[in-house]
Amino acid sequence: MLPLVSHSHPDAVVAWRNGRPVSVRRFVADVRHVAARLPAGGHILNACTDRYRFAVGFAAGMVAGRISLLPSTYTPETLRHLAAFAPDTTVLTDGEHTELPLPAMPFPALLEDDAPDPQAGDDCEIPLIAAEQLVAWVFTSGSTGAPVPHRKTWGLLVTNVRAEGEALGFDPAQPPTLIGTVPPQHMYGFESTVLVALQNGAAFDAGRPFYPADIVAALERAPAPAMLITTPFHLRTLLDEGIGLPPAALLVSATAPLPVELARRAEAAFDAPLLEIYGSTETGQIATRRSASQDAWTLFPGIRLDNRDDATWASEGHIEVAVPLSDVIELCEDGRFLLKGRNADLVNIAGKRTSLGWLNQQLLALPGVRDGAFHLPDAQAEQDAQARVLRLAAFVVAPGLDAATVLAELRRRVDPVFLPRPLLFLDSLPRNATGKLPRATAEALLARHRAQHQAARRQDRP
Amino acid sequence: MTQNVSATADATLLAEVAEMTVSALNLEIRPSDIDPAAPLYGEGLGLDSIDILEVALVVSKRYGFSLRADNEDNLRIFSSLQSLADYIAAHRTQ
Repeated sequence: MLPLVSHSHPDAVVAWRNGRPVSVRRFVADVRHVAARLPAGGHILNACTDRYRFAVGFAAGMVAGRISLLPSTYTPETLRHLAAFAPDTTVLTDGEHTELPLPAMPFPALLEDDAPDPQAGDDCEIPLIAAEQLVAWVFTSGSTGAPVPHRKTWGLLVTNVRAEGEALGFDPAQPPTLIGTVPPQHMYGFESTVLVALQNGAAFDAGRPFYPADIVAALERAPAPAMLITTPFHLRTLLDEGIGLPPAALLVSATAPLPVELARRAEAAFDAPLLEIYGSTETGQIATRRSASQDAWTLFPGIRLDNRDDATWASEGHIEVAVPLSDVIELCEDGRFLLKGRNADLVNIAGKRTSLGWLNQQLLALPGVRDGAFHLPDAQAEQDAQARVLRLAAFVVAPGLDAATVLAELRRRVDPVFLPRPLLFLDSLPRNATGKLPRATAEALLARHRAQHQAARRQDRP
Repeated sequence: MTQNVSATADATLLAEVAEMTVSALNLEIRPSDIDPAAPLYGEGLGLDSIDILEVALVVSKRYGFSLRADNEDNLRIFSSLQSLADYIAAHRTQ
């Protein structure tokens, strides 16, 4: 049995919400309050945007023996698949969700909102959860229509984030405050803002600051040492905004490759180290590096990498099931590794992962689409270098359909980050003898389109 | 910071913001084709939160202020072109 939180005192702070501290005592009371109000049924889809409510909902689920579903996207198609995967699912939401194919439960009013603070000195019994308890299913898009579930048990999650606390250098005598720009439902945000705080005596901020000035305000408000849990994209827009930056003890980045120039700029601007995390939904985080000065990644304790079947497999440590990684990996003799690029068919945009094959299936399944293909533009390397977010292109043969219709249909099935820009209509797809659309052909189509588009833009201008 | 929250963007500013949005995101639409009342986010113009941060950066450079959501709905400012232009009219320093 492992405790819900590792804080040494019931008055220790576990979260900050609207500038007010939330004690362990209060958190545990909120968890029991919500646990008692959960509907029957084994599964909870925790859609709360407030990070504190998310954490309470997740913990309440564990205490009440429920399993949380953490999909990477909330398209109608995904929700329909989840309803089939776990028909007894209730959506726990703190926003407005209409047209859900599943019953929804508004997040209950928290004790904090309408009740006096629990008395100091009251008993605070920290809930214990069995290490082998299945507490969450996380999902990847898979190669067919249905999202692929991956199990997360409590014990391995705890092992994982306790190791993260060490890797990030948390000092138990001076527990940090974590500010996250990533959602708690994404594996990175789940581990690195919520669980890592619960299991290392630290605190997280309930907000999710979005604009650079909001991130700065959140860091200013946070008790030191403050740590920023973010992505290359948020980091770049924050630095490019050119506003004064408050002190931070540590910057953490994941979800996309962090250009070394950006890592150095960030370290200089904040006068703080930046650690980059590498992982996947299936494995969780598995390695870290100080990107401004290190190429090689250091694995989390106990994790093994093995090359077989043209892939690098990760196993053991806190990994539930051995999985092939989606990147090309070069193992070093000292046990560390280098990333050497992505496997060709896989796409990672803004921390969301899918494959061109899956996207093509979604496009071809639309009524009225005769042929079609997604394309990952060659400009990807350049965009990675600028920490800009890559966009896909797509070609489609669909007489009688317009772009708005195709995009609206795709939006029901595909996460918005994967929607094509541009979407080009053709009379036929120039497939080769083996039925493939060669990359060079796709690039030529795209280049011709861009030239036409730019000429049209010049003509439009007065 | 002083702010005049009732400021309303005029047609010139509206056209300027439309042009800036199209140009910052390299959108394949004429600026004048953006309906000032239609949602910029999601369906409508089809922008997502990544686009919105890119536009916010251009806004801060051009109009001399940083966008803030202050724990409100982050994307409310981008509910329409008119809403974005009004927000700029109310907060611009240049």
